[in-house]
Amino acid sequence: MSKYLVNLKINNIPVSVEEGTTILDAAKQLNFKIPTLCNHPDLSIAGNCRVCVVEVKGQRLLAASCATPVSEGMEISTNSEKVRSSRKHVIELLLSEHNADCTKCYKNGNCELQELSNEYRVGDHLFLDLVRAKDKIVDISSPSIAKDDSKCIRCQRCVRTCDELQAVGALAVVHKGDHQKISTFLNKPLNEVVCTNCGQCINRCPTAALTERNYIEEVWNAINNPEIHVVVQTAPAVRVGLGEDLGLEPGHRVTGKMVAALKHLGFDSVLDTDFTADLTIMEEGTELLTRLKKALVDGEKVALPMMTSCSPGWIKFQEHIYPNLLENLSTCKSPQQMFGALAKTYYAQKKGLNPKNMISVSIMPCTAKKFECDRPEMRSSGFQDVDYVLTTRELARMIKQAGIDFEKLHDENYDSILGESTGAAVIFGATGGVMEAALRTAYEIVTGREVPFTNLNILPARGMQGVKEASVRINNVLPQWSFLEGVELNVAIAHGLANAKVLMDAVSAGTANYHFIEVMACPGGCIGGGGQPIPTSPEIRKKRADAIYSEDEHMTLRKSHENPEVQQIYKDFLHEPLGHKSHDLLHTHYKARKRY
Amino acid sequence: MSKTDVLIKELVTKYGKNRNSLMPVLQGVVQSEKCLSEETLISIARELELSAAEVYGTASFYTFLDTVPRGKNIIRICKTITCHMKGKDEIILALENMLRIKVGETTHDKKFTLLTANCLGWCHKGPVMLVNNEVFPEINVQKSIEIIEKFSKETA
Repeated sequence: MSKYLVNLKINNIPVSVEEGTTILDAAKQLNFKIPTLCNHPDLSIAGNCRVCVVEVKGQRLLAASCATPVSEGMEISTNSEKVRSSRKHVIELLLSEHNADCTKCYKNGNCELQELSNEYRVGDHLFLDLVRAKDKIVDISSPSIAKDDSKCIRCQRCVRTCDELQAVGALAVVHKGDHQKISTFLNKPLNEVVCTNCGQCINRCPTAALTERNYIEEVWNAINNPEIHVVVQTAPAVRVGLGEDLGLEPGHRVTGKMVAALKHLGFDSVLDTDFTADLTIMEEGTELLTRLKKALVDGEKVALPMMTSCSPGWIKFQEHIYPNLLENLSTCKSPQQMFGALAKTYYAQKKGLNPKNMISVSIMPCTAKKFECDRPEMRSSGFQDVDYVLTTRELARMIKQAGIDFEKLHDENYDSILGESTGAAVIFGATGGVMEAALRTAYEIVTGREVPFTNLNILPARGMQGVKEASVRINNVLPQWSFLEGVELNVAIAHGLANAKVLMDAVSAGTANYHFIEVMACPGGCIGGGGQPIPTSPEIRKKRADAIYSEDEHMTLRKSHENPEVQQIYKDFLHEPLGHKSHDLLHTHYKARKRY
Repeated sequence: MSKTDVLIKELVTKYGKNRNSLMPVLQGVVQSEKCLSEETLISIARELELSAAEVYGTASFYTFLDTVPRGKNIIRICKTITCHMKGKDEIILALENMLRIKVGETTHDKKFTLLTANCLGWCHKGPVMLVNNEVFPEINVQKSIEIIEKFSKETA
């Protein structure tokens, strides 16, 4: 199909762009920056904030460049006096309804509205301050997300995120006129509604209306208490995101520096969630093979396809929206919670520590993990298994507070035990990674051979396509797995809950023929998590994913079952996957929740 | 299945299971039930496969789609400029005294809810009062009290 080119002039410079291009994108091609607030590369066009207005010759009114397609012969000015003064007015009007306590604000320095106010030198208050006192009451009902309506400029990025990317619809525009606000069903607190705590709204909020609940002070207090042994674990995706908040370009791998920084901050032991990611593969892989055996050999009715359970946003989504499919979820806890349970049992025993005097902190690319660690099921060590969850952003802030020159740090290694990991674990951070890691191990367990993909790279599982499918034929199996001889294992992968919904509808309708499904709640997987540095975009997530796969390539061990610490823990402590100890510490259950 | 659920199912069958049907379904329920309860909003969301927040967002936009329980009769006094100049304040005051409630409230016996409304389009014959779906133009204090007394007698 041939594309029509449209000729126009922007700021007197001729340009030809494809039909349907917006003025905003056409200007971008000429490197003219037009400010935006409601526009976001991941979302549909809203055109409601009006800061992107431009002048179109012959038109009386200014046009919103994000929502206006180009037309032949258009002459556009992106920066005339009229445009500049209108934009300034728009910003001033937005500020009149915004609680501009910038110096005290959590997003100070990373706020799109603040940046624009600075750029346009908004000084005198032309308009009355319309922020109502009652809007200053922040909703902190959720352990993951804080919602401050007094900071909201009603750009509705969050509403579109929740709806379009996540198919959750926890947020909507309610009431009208000067009472209009972004709210929930019947204005209920966030912890009572369908919110999955994924935090994607936070990643796209241009102001501080939506932020993570931060636990920085609590963690400092723990570190500063000499009686307390503080262990910290770091999720795979943090090491490819953290640099962005500390002055580096997206796609930098900063594993060694991050470990060094954590040691500088004063954590007693710096350990790796990747260790329990490897352990997850052992447990979840065995669980899948057990379910398949029950279905194929014993003729038992078991829930298939089995679905991954690493992503707490995805778990809560299922609990709210598809309670009929809870049986399909793997009973494995997420790597974070497996780690938590082992830190206060196995690790404490080995190190001769009283778990009562331990605080377990995890650094996650995720806001839903804050909710997860708070779940009543997550206390199998006899204590809260993970005490505090910090996002990548919160860790970056602590590093800044400690005055650490991050870029100049020398790489350091994780402590032991619970610090060893493989490449299979690190790819947990990207969509398809859990599947790839599981296949690397499960295929080898069943056949005694490596997966039939070049250099262990299972490419069909990779990439940013919303739903991915792959089939692996299993031939020449080891004798004990004879029931799998010739079986074609069908798997599917989804990232972003809207994509997951497509798969779940197919599973519910019985039209899907999968054995195993991986879902990560966030676009791109954990690398695009709700706790990762802001901003986010498809390009940024691509760079982080590339960094994850390069981290994998650089590892000596790339299969979970080869992790020596994993082999050790089965020998010394757990004895076997799905065994009694595993059942007590590493597995969990789910509960149906309300659908609003 | 509750009576309301049956009604919602009927309305969805009548108007179709798509986003466009949300308004007529909401209106249909309000017409028979006066108010959209939490359960009703959830049922509508389920039937139309919309998020409950979106259904609430739509309902909360419209003054005439109530999400809080109202009295058997809803009195709305136009509060916009023309009716204001023609003395709507006096009428409101009189009705507040008569019914012993403030604007926005419902009488103890649940017979009346007193509300104000934006322009009802009867500026030429203001001040105007709407009781349920009936328009009463060119009212004054005396007339408005008589009208409400009549409604009071008719309401068991």
